Amino acid sequence: MPIFKPEIECASRTYLHALQSERLVKMVENAYNNVPFYKKKLDEMGLKPEDIKSIDDLHKLPFTVKTDLRDNYPFGLFARPQSDIVRIHASSGTTGKATVVGYTQNDIDVWSDGAARAISAAGGKKDDIIHVSYGYGLFTGGLGLHYGAEKVGATALPVSSGNTNRQIQLLQDFGSDILCCTPSYAMFIGETLRDMGIDPKSLKLRSGIFGAEPWTDEMRKEIEELLDIKAYDIYGLSEIAGPGVAYNCECQNGLHVCEDYFYPEIIDPDTLEVLPDGEYGELVFTCIGKEALPLIRYRTRDICALTREKCACGRTTVRMAKPKGRSDDMLIIRGVNVFPSQVEHVLLSLNMTPNYLIIVDRKNNLDIMEVQVEMMPDMFSDTVKSLENTEKMIEGALQSTLNIHAKVRLMEPGALPRSEGKAKRVIDNRKF
Amino acid sequence: MIIKQISIFVENKKGRLAEITETIAKSGANIRALSIADTTDFGILRIIVDKADDAAATLKEAGITVSVTNVIAIGIDDTPGAFSVPMRILSDAGIDVEYMYAFITRKSEKAYVILRVADNDTAAKVLMDKGVELLDEEGFHSLM
Repeated sequence: MPIFKPEIECASRTYLHALQSERLVKMVENAYNNVPFYKKKLDEMGLKPEDIKSIDDLHKLPFTVKTDLRDNYPFGLFARPQSDIVRIHASSGTTGKATVVGYTQNDIDVWSDGAARAISAAGGKKDDIIHVSYGYGLFTGGLGLHYGAEKVGATALPVSSGNTNRQIQLLQDFGSDILCCTPSYAMFIGETLRDMGIDPKSLKLRSGIFGAEPWTDEMRKEIEELLDIKAYDIYGLSEIAGPGVAYNCECQNGLHVCEDYFYPEIIDPDTLEVLPDGEYGELVFTCIGKEALPLIRYRTRDICALTREKCACGRTTVRMAKPKGRSDDMLIIRGVNVFPSQVEHVLLSLNMTPNYLIIVDRKNNLDIMEVQVEMMPDMFSDTVKSLENTEKMIEGALQSTLNIHAKVRLMEPGALPRSEGKAKRVIDNRKF
Repeated sequence: MIIKQISIFVENKKGRLAEITETIAKSGANIRALSIADTTDFGILRIIVDKADDAAATLKEAGITVSVTNVIAIGIDDTPGAFSVPMRILSDAGIDVEYMYAFITRKSEKAYVILRVADNDTAAKVLMDKGVELLDEEGFHSLM
C-alpha cells in the first residue's frame, strides 16, 4: 500500500521528537498570546511559554476538556481572527450547545493531510474514485474524507449519507474504488446489496474506510464479507480535526496517529498521571500542528492504549488501539454524540420530571435509541391518541436537540429504577 | 346521564394486569364492564365499577396512574341493525366516537354500549331526542 508522507510516517523517532518539540513550543506561544483562556490558565499555574522547551515538557501543561469549549462558546478559544478562519465545523455538546471548531487554511491542509494518509494507507491512489457516504455539513465526516481524497489526487464522490439505492447504483455505474462511511452504514449497504441479489464481486469496490462510531473486529469481518472488500478503521474527533487523526494501515493492528500534528498521551483519568505505552487509559491530544484552535492536552474521554513499536507496514508513527470505551457517559449513536444530560434538559424544558432511561440497541446493524420517560399523572388521558401525541411531542423535542431520532416510551410514574447514588440512565445493549 | 369510568395506564410488562386487578379487588369494588386498548408500548384499561371513587382512590394510593372519565351508556335492542341506529344519529350530529365497548347483563334482554365522545352532554341530548335509551349511574348499577 502507498505511504502518503513517508518522510513523516516512516521518520526516525529522533526526527519526530525534534519536530514535535519545535511545533509544541510554537503552539504554546500561539495559545498563550492569542487565547485569553490559556493565558489565564498558564498564569495561574505560574507557567510561561518559554518554560516549554520540548515535547518532554508537555506534562507541565494543563488539560483542556469539552466544557472549556462550551464555556467559551462559540469562538472564545480561537487563536486567530475571523478573517483567517476559512471553515467552521461543530458537533453536539453536553447541553445542546455545540462544540465549535474553526480552521485556518493551514488547519484544513493539516487535516486533509491526515485524511490523505488514511486513504493512502487503505490503498487509495490518484486513479481511484473515493465514494464518500459520510454526512456532509457541520459534521466533519463528509468534508474530511472529501478533502483527503482530493489531497491524494483521487476523484472525490460526495454522495453524502442516505438514499441507499442511489449509493448502490453509483457503486455499480461509477465503479467506486473506496467507500467511506460509518461502519453501521457500510453493513446496511452490504445487506441491501445482498437483499437485491447483487454479487459484491461484481463491484469494483476494493476497500472501505470506516469510523465515527465504535465497531468490533467481528463487525469488520462481516463488512469485509458482505462487500468483498478490506475494511480500514479511521479515528478522529471534531475538536482535534475530524477523521484522519489516526488510521489503520494494511496490518490492521492499531491506528497510526498523525503525531506530527496531534500529539497523543494516555493518562489515568482519575490521577491525571501520564501512563506508559501499553497501558489503557484516557487518550489526550495536543494539537501541535494547528493554528485556529490550538487545544492543549485535550481529554478525548476515549479509553485506549498506545504503542511505539515499529509496524510491519514500515511506518514508525505511534499507534493507538481501537478505543474500548469512554471515561464519561457520552454515547455515539449512528455517529452522533449523545449525552444523557441532553435528554434531561429536554425533559426539564417540557416541565417534566427528569426520570428517564436511555436504551441503546443495534438492530439490523443500525443503532436504535429508545428513551423511556416516566409519565406525569396529569399527562395521562384515557385515549391512546393523546398518549401517542405526548410521545410524539417528546420525540420531536429530542430530535431537535439530539439531531437523531429517539423513540419515546411512556412509563408509569415510579417505574424506572431509582438508586441512591448516580442514577443509571443508560442501558447500552450494543456489543463492541 | 353520565357514568364514571376509571381509566388505568398499564405498562407492557409481565404481571402488571394481575397487580392492578388485585388492587381493585382490595378496594372492594366490583367490575361491571371493561375494555382494554393496547398499543405496542402500553395499554389503557377502562373499567366501570360499582364504587368508582373508592376504587380510584385505592389505585392512586398504590401508585397506579388513573383518571376518572365521564362516559355515556346506551341500551339497544338485541336485534340485527339496532346498533346502527345510534351510530347514525351521532354521525349525523357530527359527533366522533373516541372508543366504545359493549356488554350484556343477566337481568336485561338488551345489549349495552359504553361510548366515549368529546362532548357527552350534546351526545346524550341528540340520542335521547331520537328515543335512544340512556342509563344514569343508578340505572346502570341496578342492571347488575
